[in-house]
Amino acid sequence: MDVWASLLDGFATAATPVNLLYALIGVLLGTAVGVLPGLGPAMTVALLLPVTYALEPTSAFIMFAGIYYGGMYGGSTTSILLNTPGESSSVVTAIEGNKMAKSGRAAQALATAAIGSFIAGTIGTVLLVVCAPIVVDFAVSLGSPSYLAIMVLALLAVTAVLGSSRLRGFSALGLGLALGLVGLDPVTGQSRLTFDIPLLADGLDVVVVAVAIFAVGEALWVAAHLRRTAAHIIPVGQPWMAKEDWKRSWKPWLRGTAYGFPFGALPAGGAEIPTFLSYVTEKRLSKHPEEFGHGAIEGVAGPEAANNASAAGTLVPMLSLGLPTNATAAVMLAAFTQYGIQPGPLLFDREPELVWALIASLFIGNALLLLINLPLAPAWARLLQIPRPYLYAGILFFATLGAYSVNLQAFDLAVLLILGLLGFGMRRYGLPVLPLIIGLILGPRAEEQLRKSLQLSSGDVSGLWSEPVAIIVYIIIAVILAWPLLQRMLPRQEKP
Amino acid sequence: MSVLVGYVPTPEGEAALAHAIGEARFRTMRLVVVNSSRGDAYVDPRYALADEVEALTRRLDAEGVSHLLVQSIRGRDAAEEILDAAAQHRADLIVIGVRRRSPVGKLILGSTAQRILLEARCPVLAVKAPG
Repeated sequence: MDVWASLLDGFATAATPVNLLYALIGVLLGTAVGVLPGLGPAMTVALLLPVTYALEPTSAFIMFAGIYYGGMYGGSTTSILLNTPGESSSVVTAIEGNKMAKSGRAAQALATAAIGSFIAGTIGTVLLVVCAPIVVDFAVSLGSPSYLAIMVLALLAVTAVLGSSRLRGFSALGLGLALGLVGLDPVTGQSRLTFDIPLLADGLDVVVVAVAIFAVGEALWVAAHLRRTAAHIIPVGQPWMAKEDWKRSWKPWLRGTAYGFPFGALPAGGAEIPTFLSYVTEKRLSKHPEEFGHGAIEGVAGPEAANNASAAGTLVPMLSLGLPTNATAAVMLAAFTQYGIQPGPLLFDREPELVWALIASLFIGNALLLLINLPLAPAWARLLQIPRPYLYAGILFFATLGAYSVNLQAFDLAVLLILGLLGFGMRRYGLPVLPLIIGLILGPRAEEQLRKSLQLSSGDVSGLWSEPVAIIVYIIIAVILAWPLLQRMLPRQEKP
Repeated sequence: MSVLVGYVPTPEGEAALAHAIGEARFRTMRLVVVNSSRGDAYVDPRYALADEVEALTRRLDAEGVSHLLVQSIRGRDAAEEILDAAAQHRADLIVIGVRRRSPVGKLILGSTAQRILLEARCPVLAVKAPG
């Protein structure tokens, strides 16, 4: 089939020594930031963006893919050994994983997490290869009104479905959309939100904003809240699994994959919901329900697999529609734009070499991660002994360097600092960062589709729902928005 | 009037503790055990956790020396904590564990031992791990 031939070409590109080296650097960096709580793949990719301008886009994206998958692996190590999840998607892993480690089964917990991640990542990537072209075929037939509807759905879903407070989510989304508006109006050339500063006419550089929100905001937050604690890592030897562990792990791995991939591929993706669902399912189906809460291996195997499968799923809308559903995908999408590559359904046609090399490198990265994580998990955990002031000083240094090197303007440093303070304020008041970054990146693209649709219908508003797909998507949006209201009304009707 | 020991759960720390117990008994003085962490990393293996502290207290009780355990996490390095505690408890002797460092290691990392040796107002006994 055509797809598999393209994939083989991708492997040929990704397996050159230079690209293999970038994949290795990517997975090493990704695992490192995954292990460290507070640092994530999104921040790392944002920090590396300016550094990678000199590289071939293909090499850069191979490295980013490694960071993306590596972050998922690294998070589980910290969850299991320290009970401090490295990132939000491994929160569930910590529940059983840390209990297992405390009862002396850390090696098995690490092994089932690593092997489960590998299997789920590989299956997820195969599903990506199968699904993405199908979605592309469907997407090419869509017009601007449908695109606009899908983008609005993604923006609302990411904001309303994830996170605890809708109000905070929508506030963050509003901030992101506003930041995306800065600059000249693409159609009429009017300046918007530029405050008569000529340097703002080109808009805010997405790299500067991402670095400010993720890196500077986080560094300021940690500096303000440096909790003085000293914990010990639970000592482990070589991760390994007995026959019994394999028997209890393989079904949760597959079920976790089945949960993770579709949730990742949906616009409201994210790994939190599927990991939690997988945990609940394993708890119900387990033959050893009494072990749950005391370190059941199923409770580690399932959520870890779900986590990695959803990471693969997220790439389906990202590559085929240009829709990011998590922070790392959003920053990677910004990277496409930086390289002058237009994301969207035509990506597979215009940049086949890049896309298939990226997908092939996901397989390679996944295998590399299994190789470096299974024997080296205890070594990775030693990263946690780095004093945080050194770590964050380094991050601030790279953030500043990166922001300056984008345009070589001192003005960008001022923007970096102001938006860094915004990022700090958002953390202080519990505003989620994800809607802001998605709003910033999707906002201008949604606007473009809106303007196109309105131009096509010569200014008639009904042009926005002139396509059947658009109508269906708007109905889904209405349901999502009305859901809390419906939820409140339904139980009341049942009770009397 | 006391003997003060800087304790870390490592071979050097154990050796220092063993000598300090001997010194405290010989001088019939109180033994002050100092264990601290700067607390700015997620993980610090040099800080004794609850179960290690319990084992340590039991051991000191069994040895029959009067003792006081000082533990702190407040962002200061071990040398400062030890020198402060020595002044506060009017130490007559500070016992510390030392280990070999490569020349490069000495260049990169400041030496806690060196700082205590140079700044302490009382004699310092430096003990190496056996073997």
